[in-house]
Amino acid sequence: MTETIQNSVISVLIEDESGALARVVGLFSGRGYNIESLTVALVDAEQKLSRITVLTSGTPMVIQQIKAQLKRLIPVHDVCDLTEEGPYVGRELALVKIVSSGEHRTEALRIADSFRARPVDTTATSFVFELTGSPEKIDAFIELMRPLGLAEVSRTGIAAIGRGPSVFHLNKEPV
Amino acid sequence: MTAAERDAGTGNEALNGAEVLLRVLDEEGVEVIFGYPGGAVLPIYDALFQQDRIRHVLVRHEQAAVHAAEAYARSTGKVGVVLVTSGPGATNAVTGLVDALMDSIPLVCLSGQVPTKLIGNDAFQEADTTGITRPATKHNYLVREPGTLAQTVREAFEVARSGRPGPVLVDLPKDITVGKAPLTKPALSRLQRLRHQGGPDAEAIARTLEAMKTAKRPLFYTGGGIINSGPEASDLLRRLARKTGFPVTSTLMGLGAFPSPDPQFLGMLGMHGSVEANMATHGCDLLIALGSRFDDRVTGRVDAFSPNSFKVHADIDPSQIDKIVPVDVRIEGDVRDTLEALLEAWGDTPAPDLSTWWNQIASWRSVDGFGFTQDMTPSAVIRPQHAVRRLYELAKETGRDTFVSTEVGQHQMWAAQHFQFDKPNRWLTSGGLGTMGYGLPAAVGAQVAHPDALVIDIAGEASTLMNIQELGTIAQYRLPVKIFILNNHYMGMVRQWQELLHGSRYSQSYSEALPDFVKLAEAFHATGMRATHVGELDDVIRRMLEHDGPVVADICVAEGENCYPMIPSGAAHNQMLLGPDQDSEAAGLTEEGKMLV
Repeated sequence: MTETIQNSVISVLIEDESGALARVVGLFSGRGYNIESLTVALVDAEQKLSRITVLTSGTPMVIQQIKAQLKRLIPVHDVCDLTEEGPYVGRELALVKIVSSGEHRTEALRIADSFRARPVDTTATSFVFELTGSPEKIDAFIELMRPLGLAEVSRTGIAAIGRGPSVFHLNKEPV
Repeated sequence: MTAAERDAGTGNEALNGAEVLLRVLDEEGVEVIFGYPGGAVLPIYDALFQQDRIRHVLVRHEQAAVHAAEAYARSTGKVGVVLVTSGPGATNAVTGLVDALMDSIPLVCLSGQVPTKLIGNDAFQEADTTGITRPATKHNYLVREPGTLAQTVREAFEVARSGRPGPVLVDLPKDITVGKAPLTKPALSRLQRLRHQGGPDAEAIARTLEAMKTAKRPLFYTGGGIINSGPEASDLLRRLARKTGFPVTSTLMGLGAFPSPDPQFLGMLGMHGSVEANMATHGCDLLIALGSRFDDRVTGRVDAFSPNSFKVHADIDPSQIDKIVPVDVRIEGDVRDTLEALLEAWGDTPAPDLSTWWNQIASWRSVDGFGFTQDMTPSAVIRPQHAVRRLYELAKETGRDTFVSTEVGQHQMWAAQHFQFDKPNRWLTSGGLGTMGYGLPAAVGAQVAHPDALVIDIAGEASTLMNIQELGTIAQYRLPVKIFILNNHYMGMVRQWQELLHGSRYSQSYSEALPDFVKLAEAFHATGMRATHVGELDDVIRRMLEHDGPVVADICVAEGENCYPMIPSGAAHNQMLLGPDQDSEAAGLTEEGKMLV
């Protein structure tokens, strides 16, 4: 197969139960699929559903396999390929620590401002900026901060959702 | 508990978890459990002791419990049930669980666990069983609350038997089975979303029908899914083949779904398949895969697999479609429903004229790739193929319902090639995982399920030693299993690959210091027999078949025999090695292929 590698953002609605995330992660490692990033959190407390967003890559056949294999997992309620289904919004949150003084400090603040990054912790010698956006935007921010005292980065990986009024999980069967 | 006591139960009496478990197993129709006791499951064994509805078969090793349950399931269509203790009990079961996962066998494995309060403390005989078996099962559970016990066990059975069947493990901490637990009423399944809605897609059936009507060289490629779907699916397949006149080939796991002596049957395809099956797969213009999964043992080199065919793939598991070979039409659903829809769509259309195709198949068939010459001088060495063929012929003469299990290796392939099946569920083999040591415990499971049937384990001397302790189980339950060992003093398939791919350097593949199988049989209260020359073979087989108890027959066969035809790894279907005299490079034996398993 000489098919090209594509990136895909896949959303998974999964029951919030012990070991559920391990099943998803184990599926990816066991079958040799890539995980570029993965986020997970409870999104429906009543139905006990968590939403996992996985950024993955592979040939179209592999992406199809990933979705089909995810659907086989018993706790998985639904799988949606946001990349395939149409336009989506994908956002990542980053916390970026800068340790510097003097001109570097001022420059860091100026760049942060133009990226709409907010200082959420400030000391005489450091900032922690909170920044939300596409992974590319965060990459760019980090690159600019590197010479200005970049000390530490924590990123969430992307959370994504489809644009427009259509909803991913409409069928509300008994859980 | 007796039936009367059961009936007197109001559902409110205080039962402990173990009793609740057995009640649910009974509700689920469980008749037999294969297991081995230990500390963490003592409460369950105590409850078993105090009832008489469910039988327990005590194996000698937990791996064997799983294989026995697999064969029980495969030969009856029911869910097999296994009971093991925590820690080593559960880890010993893992090979069997993966075997069942690969071959889609419905099982429920109940494992003991240390009390919930001790989980995570490295307690005695503690293992993270749900963690270890997560990729080894279709699904698994750890029961943490007594209130969820009954429903969890019910759900485990539902998961095991629904959709594509598979093994499910339920881990049961000791406090859950000792303590009181409610026998909750069956609740509405939360798994309805997993069920396939409705029949096969009408448009996919229409496109398949169109292709079937215009095909000049069609072929049905059937797999284990037909067996899993039940005898009705086999029956529908036979009817569809009759109506259309299409040839049928089968995977290893699908043998028996279509009668192997039938002229429309081309035999097994794949690495050690028949010449006609592989050439037809390569040359067909329409390939209809029914409950088969394009395993690498079937496809050989994927980019050369059936290169000019229009492909249809019907499978209950959507993840199998387009996994290895991209297809033109996908049909999701139970293969029984697909066959029914195809049969109905075909209606009374007369069978098309496929005489050119059948003539071509006849010329491939004339190559007789399974052929061999047995020197019939009484003192001549027995060829393994001849031994299997005589076993088949003499077993057939008995007229008894016959179940065959195998171990893994050359003997397994010879059994698949030379033993004929005309009914489904009679052929028990480890296809996907290739587990040496499967056959002997599988024969136990099949004989427990079918006490009056003839059950034969066609074995190799190396494989059978991997679970030879089950001779103890066979003795205890007086199971009249026949263990037919093709003894060539080698791990034969390893030896064959070493000969063909590694310059005949037979590294560690000689079966040194073998036991005397006749004495071994006697030590386990069975009857031992031996045939060292072809003149003794028929007599040994006859005596084995006539004997009403367990028999170990040591059939000393030619040591250097290879299993042909063979599609070397990385080669295409039209590049078969037909025999020892053929130039191996012309047959697609390449350095690249050596990388493959």
